[in-house]
Amino acid sequence: MTVLVLLILIPVVVAGVSFAIRSDAWRPWTLVVAAVLHTSLVASLWFSNAWPSIGTWLSLDPAGKVVLSLISALFLAASVYAVGYLHRRLERPNRTFVTALLFFLSATSVVAFSQHFGLLWVALEATTLASAPLLYFNHNPRSLEATWKYLLICSVGIALALLGTFFLAVADTFQGPVDGALLLPAMLPRAGSLSVPWLHAAFIFLLVGYGTKMGLAPMHTWKPDAYGEAPGLVGFLLSGVLTSCAFLALVRLTQVCQAAGQMDFARPLLILLGLLSMGVAAVFMLGQTDYKRMLAYSSVEHMGILTLGLGLGGLATYGAWLHMLNNGLAKGVLFLTAGNIHRHYRTKTASEVKGVLHRLPLSGALFMAGFIAITGSPPFGLFMSEFTILRGAIGNGRWGIVAGYLGCLAVIFIGMARIVVLMVFGEPPNDETAPGPKDSFLTTCTPFVLLAAVLVLGLYIPPWLDHSLQAAAHLVEGLP
Amino acid sequence: MEHFAQLLLISVILANLFVLGSHPLGACIRAVALQGIALGLLPLCLHPDERSIHLFIIALGMIGLKGCVIPGLLFRAIRDAAIRKEQEPLIGFNTGLLLGAVLVGLGFGIAGKLPLPPYTESSMVVPVALSTVMMGLLVIVTRAKILSQALGYLILENGIYTFGLILAAGLPGLIEMGVLLDIFAGVFIMGTVIEHIHREFGSISAHKLVNLKE
Amino acid sequence: MLTTFIPLGVTLVAAPLLPGLINKTKAAFAGRQGPPLFQLYFDLLKLLKKGAVYSRVTTWIFRAGPIVSLASVIVAALFVPLAGHTVFSFSGDVIAFAYLLGLGRFFTVLAALDTGSSFEGMGASREVTFSIFAEPTLFIIFVILARVTDSLSLSRMLTQVPLFGMPSMAGLLALIVFSLFVVCLAENSRIPVDDPATHLELTMIHEVMVLDHGGPDLAFILYGASIKLFVMIAILAHLVFPMQGGSPVQTGLVFGSLMALVTIVIGIVESAMARLRMIRVPRLLMAACMIAFFAMIISLR
Repeated sequence: MTVLVLLILIPVVVAGVSFAIRSDAWRPWTLVVAAVLHTSLVASLWFSNAWPSIGTWLSLDPAGKVVLSLISALFLAASVYAVGYLHRRLERPNRTFVTALLFFLSATSVVAFSQHFGLLWVALEATTLASAPLLYFNHNPRSLEATWKYLLICSVGIALALLGTFFLAVADTFQGPVDGALLLPAMLPRAGSLSVPWLHAAFIFLLVGYGTKMGLAPMHTWKPDAYGEAPGLVGFLLSGVLTSCAFLALVRLTQVCQAAGQMDFARPLLILLGLLSMGVAAVFMLGQTDYKRMLAYSSVEHMGILTLGLGLGGLATYGAWLHMLNNGLAKGVLFLTAGNIHRHYRTKTASEVKGVLHRLPLSGALFMAGFIAITGSPPFGLFMSEFTILRGAIGNGRWGIVAGYLGCLAVIFIGMARIVVLMVFGEPPNDETAPGPKDSFLTTCTPFVLLAAVLVLGLYIPPWLDHSLQAAAHLVEGLP
Repeated sequence: MEHFAQLLLISVILANLFVLGSHPLGACIRAVALQGIALGLLPLCLHPDERSIHLFIIALGMIGLKGCVIPGLLFRAIRDAAIRKEQEPLIGFNTGLLLGAVLVGLGFGIAGKLPLPPYTESSMVVPVALSTVMMGLLVIVTRAKILSQALGYLILENGIYTFGLILAAGLPGLIEMGVLLDIFAGVFIMGTVIEHIHREFGSISAHKLVNLKE
Repeated sequence: MLTTFIPLGVTLVAAPLLPGLINKTKAAFAGRQGPPLFQLYFDLLKLLKKGAVYSRVTTWIFRAGPIVSLASVIVAALFVPLAGHTVFSFSGDVIAFAYLLGLGRFFTVLAALDTGSSFEGMGASREVTFSIFAEPTLFIIFVILARVTDSLSLSRMLTQVPLFGMPSMAGLLALIVFSLFVVCLAENSRIPVDDPATHLELTMIHEVMVLDHGGPDLAFILYGASIKLFVMIAILAHLVFPMQGGSPVQTGLVFGSLMALVTIVIGIVESAMARLRMIRVPRLLMAACMIAFFAMIISLR
């Protein structure tokens, strides 16, 4: 139990400390301190195989464990990168930035533990509020516009999710007041008595609301603007951590639907949104001129794949969990190197960036490798997870879905390849103006480590990880 | 007491129609403040047998927050922007009123399809809640000033809160407090962003926020 | 037999009092003495003694206009209960009532167009535009009343249901009274919809339609307008406090004071507000229509 409390409180305490620190140069190190403490606590959970809990509202289950580990690992990587990044950007005060990042960590940890739908909602809303200041770090009109759109659209989405949560509560208490309303472990045994029309309405609103946070089409419109204007570090955290938390919320919802026997209603909706997101991403990827927005659409695509896997069920659910891990890691590679490229070339338009391999050899190579990874090419991990989902679809005989899935993947590969290859290769422009900073250890070691992790996951999944993913998949399926 | 609750719910819808149809921003903010006060009083009318200090404190907190603090934040935002009037919205004020009435009808229609939980005192809560949610979304989508969009968000939250009132037994007070806090923080951040936008762009018209495009 | 016509007689005799009362209220607010209460009677007598000038461009419609509008309003007044007593009623007379008022307006507009002057034409178009919003509101209110009282007769609608008594209907009643009040202001060309005292080209609506009438024609128009005002205020007064029985004298006194009260309220509204800009008027009427629509939805549950 203390582990749980510490995991949630440590970032908050460190946030207070970092708020009090005067120096902009020393403050980023608090991020590393908090991240290291967080990761070591999570590692201890793995070693001791404990399932801590506080009361019934906060407790760890297999799904939460996977998400929590991902959050912790990604935040550790981000914090190391952040030190290098913030030292390069010392002209901007970073107090709000660092404090908001730490609150973000705390809020996402609460999401991973929460077993109560109301608490889940409060924590996800807190992540929205904590991440809004992060988008505005560059303090220019474009990032301001992006922050407003992010704030408004995500707040509306979360508000609809709250309505869905209320619907769920009505469904739960329809027969009369119950013990532990909206509490997942208590709801699952009595799921058969949930009022069906209210459950359906709740599912729709929760899907739309949490789907907005995930960035599923057609609620994805904030993603290109937000990821396009945010610093690469923030894009990495949003696309890796925040989307995984929103996915966890969808998983909890699916658990309830599964227990209530309403999966026939839920599956088509999930599959529809998944394919729609992939399709939208494919369409907008072609002819994209801004390489950060391209990454945003890639994120939309992968969220679509996750939802598709969740909707297909069976083997595809395992694939979805594996994909969540791989996606977070690979997105890290892409966003962080994109940030390096942006700072060097000072432009986000892909046509103005050429010859990255010459100017920034390490970042260029990592960017290229990241592109190969994210589009699902072997030997990287995403190939395994996407292939697993494909096998799940073929196993069910859903040939239409298979065709759409493969088609979208192909189009996205082509679209991204056009942009990335032209950026990475070619002759660098001869500029009189001095280009930005070159590669440094701190800004390239993190993407390198993340890429290595994706590569390892593509070749070999360690048994403890495999076991956890299986447990998480079984949790969703309602199997013991 | 049900009749008083009915009067309060009617005033909630009237406040929505007022916001849809009128252009002075100050009047719209005051209408939403009155709506918040009405919503703060509703729990006392809907659950007469559960009246306790706990309920009174929540009601008082709600009235204070929705009736004074949040409108105060918004007034501060427009004072800096020195903008007092709303431009003609995307669909016009008259059409907005007409659509608002249609949404009220739609809300009542949808609520008729959903089976009513057996322990609700007033049968008007669900339709009013759904209509308010829809009208809040209409305001967000069609308004030209971003402050009005924030106002639409408040109306949306008011509608959702109205719905939550029928669940007083199902939803513990802790969650209500958490929800309130989140809404407050959200509006606070929105107000800050609006001030920044005014400083950057020189106006709070949403037509200026068009730089990010494909 | 003759006693059934007493309400009509009271209407015909007492109607010109109301505009005088409104003017007295406005004068009191302005700190003036104002014209005497019976001013409209003197005006009508004076006008009836005068002759009329007819333009060569006009046809029989111009002469028929004032007569038809007065006649339609008097017939409509037959259906309206006064202190609970009606002269005439049958099921469906509420529709006859609404359409008789519409007929009167139609002929006034025709007469205005008949003059061939763009001045009157402008007033006619404005009047008709505003009535597009006011008439549906009136009909929606009648639908609500019909549904609540299960009857289509105006007199039964207004005398049957003690809306004022039942607290569960309080909200509904408030909405209906508000919408009907706005419709009353619109139909009778009161502020904030129209200013009866203005004579500026850009701001007149009703006044400009009747600008070319003189003598007995103008007398008929003014008299008809006052009867229309009387009839609508009577409906409003009934909604607030339907009278059902008791001695005629008693109910008559109560009713009379209630009508005076509503008239004074109209006078107060006229003094307190300015006339709305022309483009804002449809919004006010639309708002009244939507509120009536909302009341209808509530009553349908």
